[in-house]
Amino acid sequence: MAKPNALTHPESLKRPPGPSAYAKDPANARLSKADKIRLYTQMARIRHFEQRCIRTYQQGKIGGFLHLYVGQEAIAVGTLSVLGKDDHLITGYRDHGHALMVGMDMNSCMAELQGKATGCSKGKGGSMHYFAPDKNYWGGHGIVGGQAPLGAGIAYALKHKGLKGCCLTYMGDGAVNQGAVHEAYNLAALWDIPVIFVIENNGYSMGTSQERSTAHPGSLAQRAEGYGMDWDLVNGHDLYEVRAKTAAAVRRAHEKSRPTVLEIFTYRYFGHSMSDPDKTYRDKEEIKDYRENKDPIKLWEKALLEEGVLDAAKVAAINEAAMDEAEKAAAFADASPYPEPSAITQDIYWEEDNRGPKTTSRGTIIFGD
Amino acid sequence: MPVLSYREAIRAALREELARDENVVVMGEEVAQFNGAYKVTEGLLKEFGPRRVVDTPISEAGFIGVGIGASMLGIRPVMELMFWSFSYVAFDQIVNNAGNIRYMSGGLINCPIVIRGPANGGTNVGATHSHTPEAILASHPGIKVVCPATPYDAKGLMKAAIRDNDPVYVMENTILYNDKGEVPDEDYIVPLGSADVKRVGADLTIVAHGRAVLTSLKAAEILEKEHGVSVEVVDLRSIRPLDEATVLASVRKTHRVLLVEENKPFCGVDAQLAYLIQAKAFDDLDAPIGRVSSIDAPQIYCKPLEDIQIPNPARVVEGALKVLA
Ligand SMILES: Cc1ncc(C[n+]2csc(CCOP(=O)(O)OP(=O)(O)O)c2C)c(N)n1
Ligand SMILES: [Mg+2]
Repeated sequence: MAKPNALTHPESLKRPPGPSAYAKDPANARLSKADKIRLYTQMARIRHFEQRCIRTYQQGKIGGFLHLYVGQEAIAVGTLSVLGKDDHLITGYRDHGHALMVGMDMNSCMAELQGKATGCSKGKGGSMHYFAPDKNYWGGHGIVGGQAPLGAGIAYALKHKGLKGCCLTYMGDGAVNQGAVHEAYNLAALWDIPVIFVIENNGYSMGTSQERSTAHPGSLAQRAEGYGMDWDLVNGHDLYEVRAKTAAAVRRAHEKSRPTVLEIFTYRYFGHSMSDPDKTYRDKEEIKDYRENKDPIKLWEKALLEEGVLDAAKVAAINEAAMDEAEKAAAFADASPYPEPSAITQDIYWEEDNRGPKTTSRGTIIFGD
Repeated sequence: MPVLSYREAIRAALREELARDENVVVMGEEVAQFNGAYKVTEGLLKEFGPRRVVDTPISEAGFIGVGIGASMLGIRPVMELMFWSFSYVAFDQIVNNAGNIRYMSGGLINCPIVIRGPANGGTNVGATHSHTPEAILASHPGIKVVCPATPYDAKGLMKAAIRDNDPVYVMENTILYNDKGEVPDEDYIVPLGSADVKRVGADLTIVAHGRAVLTSLKAAEILEKEHGVSVEVVDLRSIRPLDEATVLASVRKTHRVLLVEENKPFCGVDAQLAYLIQAKAFDDLDAPIGRVSSIDAPQIYCKPLEDIQIPNPARVVEGALKVLA
């Protein structure tokens, strides 16, 4: 086996973390017991959903790519839990965690994976392309880094409309080398766009470790300095820290209309996608260490047990309920029909789907043989 | 009726739409303070201010992506490309993001963006600045493409494009910016997907779009005067949607067709048209379909040769005579 690549995560992450230094941050001090349990529940739901997806994939019911969020749950849950009603988000293809956290239902998410008509995109998007504009969730994007300018554009629109909102724009550690990301950074800083770029640094872009992909003197987020943007590093295994530092960036966006780059250190437990045998680029010991010592859900559970917010029975009940929900979603997806063939040529053009006396389009727009 | 240049007609469309709808934002390199690289946007900054008329850095993927993102929230950005040739650095945004998002979201998200700018050869600027990507872009379902040839059409199509709820890419032509024509003051649109018979004739149909329409009209004059042939010229105006009915009606009337475009021939717009005509009007044809397009090479710099590379009236006449033979 190839020599494993050393993770470039900060030293502090290489040790098992102690109690969070951010528990008393104002963003966290205001959390009720019920809020804290809800955060736990959300992380558990994401994990059980993803684990149920593995089974469906192995049954051969999910085609194409399936990128799992297992190990990274504290990022979607932590960052999104501090947002308000005019705040928006957009992400890449590892998009299930964000979807569940904003309130998309498991049934339609699971059905989408199987290409079913009941899927959140009617079976037209798949795993990488979830959307819920009614929940301020703008996808789910398959091209690495391509969503970065869109996120800046969403935030630009919020500002243009005079709303006090921001757009969390997520990407991976591999995406930071895409030109579109740098163009988005420059525009965000130049135009005072209230966007927060969140780098979910799980150490690898597919099979390429960060040190093999990225020239950087320090951190990935530090590149923000080149654009005069604020930046911060975040321990993504600590929900309190994720919330506290995201809240600070959101305040900066709301109050000063200034962008931020947050680099959140995390780890993915499974291969890049289900088709990655995960054998050439990292060490099993490394995965084991993260799973056992730095798992964000276990650590949150431990914190809440110590705080007396949770007890063992409640933990078991939450996990059982999440598993049950995922199981039911899988059954829902199985039982759902595929879209009719006529669906292939629908949802391409608004004007075509709504053709009438008021629409301005004429002529042939869908071509046949 | 007032006479405006093609440039002024587009400007009038932008001004009227900026005034009509608060969500319209004009954006691009040099559009505001510099008054536009081709002065299309002249005076708009003064009239509407920097919130509505926005200068961007040279960052096509970035600012077009920003426009697309903003359009998903209901802004109607009208993005200027200094040349459509520069769209290639933003291809992912233009095709994947603008063109696919409605589909991939199962119809939940629209992208009412307009991207406009010149897409033409003939200006002696070499291959990198002379692309005509209407066929490339129109080959992507989700995208609309229009190519106005006259000031009247330029204004009407631009206004329709801005009001349209899908991404519409408007391909202008630097050589036409000074062309003059009658343009009504009042509000009107030219619906996307409506072709226009620019000259009525009986013996031959020429189908063209963009500046090739004007070239074809000149050729039609020559054909009439020197060869006694009556030529009908159909201006597509819109590539996608495509007005098949008008094209086919003309073919059924004249029974002979010449297709003219400034694109390169391989997979050009006319390749699709030729297929369509033989599929739907085969029995009406008295001769094989003829075609005149740009000579199949990267755009040459040398001006005398570039003038041959692009269809000119002489080449169109020659092509027509072959179809009529
Ligand atoms: C433009 C582009 N190039 C390559 C790919 C294939 N690809 C998909 S994900 C990926 C790795 C990206 O890694 P990273 O940004 O770190 O995100 P992660 O998968 O770790 O969440 C690659 C190479 C793609 N989807 N888009
Ligand atoms: Mg990564």
